[in-house]
Amino acid sequence: MWSLFTTSSLAATTSTTFPVLTAIVVTPAIGAVVLLFLPNGRPDHFKQVAFLFSGVVAALSIWVVTAFQTEAAAQFQLRDHHTWIESLGVAWSLGVDGISLWLVVLTGLIFPLTIIGVNAQHGPKAYYAWLLTLEAGCMGVFLALDLFAFFTFFEIVLVPMYFLIGKWGHGRRAYAATKFFIFTMFGSALMLVGILSLAFLNHAETGVLTFDLLELANSQKIATNTARWIFLSFILAFAVKVPLFPFHTWLPDAHTNAPTAGSVILAAVMLKLGTYGILRFGIFLFPEAAVWFTPVLVTLGTIGIIYGAVAATMQRDLKRLVAYSSVAHLGFIVIGAFALNTEGLEGSILQMVNHGLSTGALFLLVAMVYERSNTRIIAELGGLQKPAPILAGVFLLVALSSLGLPGLNGFVGEFLTLLGAFAAHRWWAVVAASGVILAALYLLWAYQRVFHGPVAGDNAQVSDLKLREGLLLAPFVVGIIVLGIYPKPVIDRMEPAVDALVAHVEAHVDGFTEPTADVTVFAGGDAEPSDGGR
Amino acid sequence: MPSWVLSQIKVSLEPPQYSLAGLSPLIALAVGSLLLIMFRSVVNRLPAETESWAVVALGPTTVVAAWVVAGLVGDSFPFADFRSSLGALLVAVLAVVLLLLAALLVRALRAGFDAVFCLGIALVAFASIVSLWNDHWRSSAAPIVGIGDQFSFDGFGLVLAGVIVLMVALCALLLDDYLRRENIDGPEMYVLMLLSAAGGVVMVGAGGLIVLFLGLETLSIAVYVMAALHLRRNESLEAGLKYFVMGAFASAFLLYGIALIYGSTGSMNFSEISSYLAAFIIRDDAMLLAGLALLLVGFGFKVAAVPFHGWTPDVYQGAPTPVVAFMASAVKVAGFAALVRVFVVNFDFYRIDWQPAIFVLAVLSLLVGAFVGIVQHDVKRMLAYSSISHAGFILVGVQAATARGTAAVVFYLVAYAFMALGSFGVIAVVSERGDRKTSLDDLNGLASRHPLLAMALTVFLLAQAGVPLTVGFVAKFEIIGAAVDARSFWLAVVAMLAAVVSAFLYLRVVLSVYLGKSPEQVSAEPTHPGAALAIGLAFAVTIVFGLFPSPLTDLTRDALPAILSLG
Repeated sequence: MWSLFTTSSLAATTSTTFPVLTAIVVTPAIGAVVLLFLPNGRPDHFKQVAFLFSGVVAALSIWVVTAFQTEAAAQFQLRDHHTWIESLGVAWSLGVDGISLWLVVLTGLIFPLTIIGVNAQHGPKAYYAWLLTLEAGCMGVFLALDLFAFFTFFEIVLVPMYFLIGKWGHGRRAYAATKFFIFTMFGSALMLVGILSLAFLNHAETGVLTFDLLELANSQKIATNTARWIFLSFILAFAVKVPLFPFHTWLPDAHTNAPTAGSVILAAVMLKLGTYGILRFGIFLFPEAAVWFTPVLVTLGTIGIIYGAVAATMQRDLKRLVAYSSVAHLGFIVIGAFALNTEGLEGSILQMVNHGLSTGALFLLVAMVYERSNTRIIAELGGLQKPAPILAGVFLLVALSSLGLPGLNGFVGEFLTLLGAFAAHRWWAVVAASGVILAALYLLWAYQRVFHGPVAGDNAQVSDLKLREGLLLAPFVVGIIVLGIYPKPVIDRMEPAVDALVAHVEAHVDGFTEPTADVTVFAGGDAEPSDGGR
Repeated sequence: MPSWVLSQIKVSLEPPQYSLAGLSPLIALAVGSLLLIMFRSVVNRLPAETESWAVVALGPTTVVAAWVVAGLVGDSFPFADFRSSLGALLVAVLAVVLLLLAALLVRALRAGFDAVFCLGIALVAFASIVSLWNDHWRSSAAPIVGIGDQFSFDGFGLVLAGVIVLMVALCALLLDDYLRRENIDGPEMYVLMLLSAAGGVVMVGAGGLIVLFLGLETLSIAVYVMAALHLRRNESLEAGLKYFVMGAFASAFLLYGIALIYGSTGSMNFSEISSYLAAFIIRDDAMLLAGLALLLVGFGFKVAAVPFHGWTPDVYQGAPTPVVAFMASAVKVAGFAALVRVFVVNFDFYRIDWQPAIFVLAVLSLLVGAFVGIVQHDVKRMLAYSSISHAGFILVGVQAATARGTAAVVFYLVAYAFMALGSFGVIAVVSERGDRKTSLDDLNGLASRHPLLAMALTVFLLAQAGVPLTVGFVAKFEIIGAAVDARSFWLAVVAMLAAVVSAFLYLRVVLSVYLGKSPEQVSAEPTHPGAALAIGLAFAVTIVFGLFPSPLTDLTRDALPAILSLG
């Protein structure tokens, strides 16, 4: 296994000369520094420069997709490896595989859209500089193959988000920003102890001090019980970031008080840092502990689905409703991941992308509603469909995608996660499936109260979707529809990596085999997802 | 006198070996402080306009002095080989350009004579330390003897002495603007700071407990006076008195501990104590352990570890802010150097006894520093508690009692010295006349008044919180790594949780800097170039070594005490 990884990664290193992954991480950071040195005279320049840099990153991430070799998707490609701190065995090590590929693309595309689509309310220089810093950090998390580098990026994203919420947010922004920072730092503080314990215990066994993900994952020299403790420290960090029930309380505050761009990026990209971490670092590094902890995590994920849905139903603020719906959606991602079979993991990754598209778009739509009627309280809205039919239509489409209507992207992801979870943990999957129904309840009910009924207050005068707003939403809508109808190219590229991860777990956990669907139960239904779903 | 007492007293007729090179940093600091007083009285007699020329002349003089000292201390004069490769004429031209640049830099600083002189002395001392490091320690890895077995430099001592003199240089830059603003005349502050640094250098190079004590007292007494030197400010006087009384108390503990250790091992010299402990097992070691406990009290006071931290908040709040910067950086470095030298290096044999004590001190310092810090309202007090918490972090590295732990301690000390100096430097600048505007509310809206200072303060605070890509993160990474390497998992967990609580403290400051509203539109005075340079340098260290820590991690690995080594 180990030799397989190293030889292929060496081959990949030699095949490329331009360090595209490093460029993806560093370009936004350079952009942020450039912004700092721009003169203050022309405020609109900041936005253009920020868009330029994030546009370059978007182009690079598309380039990564074209350069990505589907047949070798199980291995890390386009690797970039430089020694960082020699005495600690820390390296600047980047690579992309089928699991991270689409998250990189999602991040690469979301950032330019939010930069061009949402204006800074004030202080544009710092605002765009922080956004670019955030992009560098998120990209770094998805690409890092060294635990030091990963932790660095995982933690550094807190700072730009803290300032974005604190300085450009609304309401109790200082409270929300501090809560966000402290909660997430609490989780990652313990993960740092876990990372160092893993590295040094591995050092004690093998004599090599390394933070390299592949070496550590394939070494598996840590005693079972110790590995469980270390896994716990990792999973705690990710659970806060995801956020998994009961660590979710920072999320509604952060989302509600964040500026629109902050909410979009928080939902679309930053929550994925946690779920991606579970797949890439949690399960990969500690397969035995992951299997051992599965009942707890699946239970928490299921509780999150139901709790998030119920809480969303009861919200009076539209933005808070969308925030709680995130808790529910992330629950699906977690139970899919801990199904530990191909369907569940694929669904989980796909759902990360889907949630980024649909919830990102929902936050943009909520902001557009807010701009028009100056309120996000659902009871004070109403009848917006009459003056703004296109806005209502797009909102409905995105809401339907979010609740998993067949034909749209949410369905494919949720179906796969539930399929995987059903094979692994049947009754949890049954309970989780009811979350789909609850999602229909809170989203459609919200849609009905906001857009239908008598026109409330001054809403009759509001304008419909402007061209600029339409262009901003168009990529999201296209993504929602394309992924709903033809997700095959996406799934094809992640499947070898997912299979490799499952094989890794099977190889390192005694008595674990991939949970597969009971043939008798799925005799009729199994054909459908493989034809229609994939 | 009974005969057994006489037999303990060594009569040696031969004078101890000594080398001027090994003493050079000390000589530079001590002679420099004397020269400062002498020149000051000369300059006072000169007409006022000549003083500015004297200041400018100090720049090239410093460069030449540093070059000469480095050449005398090391194997060869720096850049001497340039003459053969570049040609004599070109070298001469370059040298003149360099000297002119130094003069222009000093002119641009717009600093007073005393500050520039102090800066020059510190740089000369630093040059001698660099020379010792490059030409002696690097090549032979044997300690450089200063005086017999009483004073010598190994890599550990050299790096920490280097940090101390650099802190003197940066604090001189901070003090210049501060003293002028507060109308405090005279060179006393600089002389005291040089003396104090000399004491610190003695501490890091001490070869025995008595020399260590002498160094500690020199360092402390100078700092007591420095704390009280803002004569028109009652808080400053109170701080000085409090620091003095409590410090004298702690010194008494230390001295008593030294006496007990002498009583049980028969020597005050580290190498003799070590060989004694290696040769004999003391059956009844109660006296020795009591001595160690008393030493721990004395050092714990100097490094502000709980429960010996009581003086810290009051003294940090009351003392002149640049002096606090010096206390938090240089004094802490010297205190930890002594702690590591005595406990980790020389009483390694007794680690089973002292490790639990350090463990308790570390946990208490971390938790008290973090939790009490977050409820403070004065920024200097907050930073005082944060420095207590940092002391706890460093103690985690001491507790590991390994080469890795010691390397981590050195790294943390270097990192913390610059972060603390930077934070207090910013506070010194923004506290305005009277040194009073140090409450959290006074920082409200700093970002709109002084955007660059606000950014620097934010970076220093986030670095102290351990945010990655700053030197503070690498420091925490090293310490926690050393702790888990020594299997102190729970201590590591407590340390990181305390770091999270401390982060809340730093965020409170950042919040008021960026989100607080300025009370009224105060006309912001531009920052004095000297202070700006000091803060800028600390900022550069914080960021550059955060992004590329390798040079610093390699340095700390080469800087282990002579008998420790990292495989």
